[in-house]
Amino acid sequence: MSRKSRLSVSRPITRRSFSAGAAALAALAAGGSPLRRALAAKPVKLGCLAPLSGFFAREGQACKRGFDLAPAILADMGMPIEIMMGDTESNPDRARTAAEKLVNEGAEVLIGTFVSGETTAVAQVAEQRGVPHVINIAAAPKITEQGYKFVFRNFTTGPMLVINGFGLMKDLFKATGSTPKTAVFMHVNDTFGKAMGGGVKALFPKMNMPFEISTTIPYDPKAKDLSVEVAKAKATGADILMPVSHGADAIKLIREMVKQRWEPMGIMTPGSPGTYEAQFYKTLGKYSEFVIANVPWIDPKTDMSKTLLAAFAKEFPKESPELNVGFSFEACLIAADAYKRAGSGDPKALADALRATNITEHVMIGGPIQFNEKGQNVNIKSAALQNLDRKPTVVLPEASAEAKPVFPMPGWTDSRRA
Amino acid sequence: MTWDTVASILIGGALTGLVYSLMALGLSVIFGVIRVVNFAHGEMMTLAMFAGVFLFTGGGLDPILSLPIVAGTLFILGYALQRRLVEPFIARPEHEQFILLLAVAILLVNGLLLAFGPDARSVTVDYAFDSFELGPIFIDKVKAYAAGVGVLVAAGLLMFFRYTRTGKAIRACSDNLMGAQVVGLNIRRLYALTFGLGVACVGAAGCLLSLLVDVTPMLGPELTLLAFVIVIIGGLGSMMGALLGGIVVGLSEALAGLLIVPSMKSMFSFGLLILILAFRPQGLFGKRT
Repeated sequence: MSRKSRLSVSRPITRRSFSAGAAALAALAAGGSPLRRALAAKPVKLGCLAPLSGFFAREGQACKRGFDLAPAILADMGMPIEIMMGDTESNPDRARTAAEKLVNEGAEVLIGTFVSGETTAVAQVAEQRGVPHVINIAAAPKITEQGYKFVFRNFTTGPMLVINGFGLMKDLFKATGSTPKTAVFMHVNDTFGKAMGGGVKALFPKMNMPFEISTTIPYDPKAKDLSVEVAKAKATGADILMPVSHGADAIKLIREMVKQRWEPMGIMTPGSPGTYEAQFYKTLGKYSEFVIANVPWIDPKTDMSKTLLAAFAKEFPKESPELNVGFSFEACLIAADAYKRAGSGDPKALADALRATNITEHVMIGGPIQFNEKGQNVNIKSAALQNLDRKPTVVLPEASAEAKPVFPMPGWTDSRRA
Repeated sequence: MTWDTVASILIGGALTGLVYSLMALGLSVIFGVIRVVNFAHGEMMTLAMFAGVFLFTGGGLDPILSLPIVAGTLFILGYALQRRLVEPFIARPEHEQFILLLAVAILLVNGLLLAFGPDARSVTVDYAFDSFELGPIFIDKVKAYAAGVGVLVAAGLLMFFRYTRTGKAIRACSDNLMGAQVVGLNIRRLYALTFGLGVACVGAAGCLLSLLVDVTPMLGPELTLLAFVIVIIGGLGSMMGALLGGIVVGLSEALAGLLIVPSMKSMFSFGLLILILAFRPQGLFGKRT
């Protein structure tokens, strides 16, 4: 077997190999830096894109924390990387320009961006320039439906999020013995929100859910306030609210619900961010409690997650680790693993290596990281996170649960929120 | 939908519109007298919002109480800006004024980004989650307070222009600049005062808006655009037009959310703008030139 063909065979990162790598690195570190430098491979240049400023800055900064932690951890695993950071400014046009700039400056793999609209633009650049693109976060299904050869997504699509989310809702009703009759569905009207809205519309009838969706209310994520939207939702008298939000709008939504004294049985997103972020707890305080988000999450039980979480706690003691951090780190892991197996920065070899990815030991909940023929990882699972004591707590699936779910949600003035 | 829901939505829209009015008033005052369009309007407002947030988080001052401090500081800033930067451009072509104030806007945005970073910041006062209950109607307490203070500030400004000697002198500059010069009014000082007052108005509105909206350094252009929509609907240069334009925009957004789809709220106000430009280009309360 030639060297090239041997290298192109996928070698999964297993718990054992991760631990062995970490141990070897500790030995190397103890042995002194000259030896370590001598053994170090050439780092792969990763052009990491995130909305570091603008509307999605909060989420973009969370992604950056994942990118910031990756070089040290991956170097310890014998997979050195160099991060080249690009700011998409929460704008698809700027995302395209930033991606072009990173490619011109020598990025061998593009990673990003968090926002579906921006990610679509970056994927087009990647395909045109023939540079592999690993998507850390972006749920719009169409991105991996274009027949792209260089685009790989390690995140769930909107429909996958919806299927996982609805499944967890049924589990929740079963576990608590309380089942709502009606729901109101509110979603942001950007690329992500529309994809989720389309997913809910298409999949809800097939999922045999025990409740009906009485109305759907799309809203502008940049709206200055959501009083009208919440008033319309409240007027339906629905038992639960299913929001698909981002960050700031999730805060506005809850704030307005409190002001209008709307106390449904529960607030549970079928799969969207915003309700488990530090700013949500900080701004809303006791009103942030008991909200449920069904989203992919960091598996606290793998060795790699423990390493990542320890590094995060040391580097960012005031922040909380969440899925943006985990998926951004994993995107770097995927690119570094492919580069190691490809043995060069040749885009085609890298894309082939990415297609053959099989990483069993990783960070997020779910099966091994593998890409199907469309470049989509279909093994990612969601967890039901409930805000308990001002932190996201896994309440389902039972195997990973850290606490029992509370449903129906206590009212806004209930003493359990104190 | 029940009548009380409709009433709550309309009252909320009108209250938000009153805060918008104060924001647009500053733009209208400056243009009405100096004939300079302040393209850094939204960015100045963002600066005021950050000042409100900073005084709240650092000193525990409710933005309503910190309003005089912020407005006063922005008055000085506006006065100095007019004397040192804008004044040499008054007689120059409009596009040069535009570029100058755009440069000020860019400097403000990037200065705020350097100082505060890109994160959204908010003010959560004790009454942030409270409402007044009038039977089945809920009135947002924060909006009610902000609108009330906005009305007081606007009334104070209108009274200043109507009843004080300086206010009358500024109006004279606006109505007949040559006549004002002939009778010996100090135009440079009056222009600087006007610019200062306009920016102070923006400062007051920024403090109030920080109670309602999360602030980021990138918020400026959006606010500038909103202020332009309001003053064009109300009538550029007309103070009463700016006041009523704000209420019209606030109500139209609320109605659009109620009757059509909430995500089309902004489109409704822009639609209104197009209609005004097509059928009454001087605005609802502006004078035809």
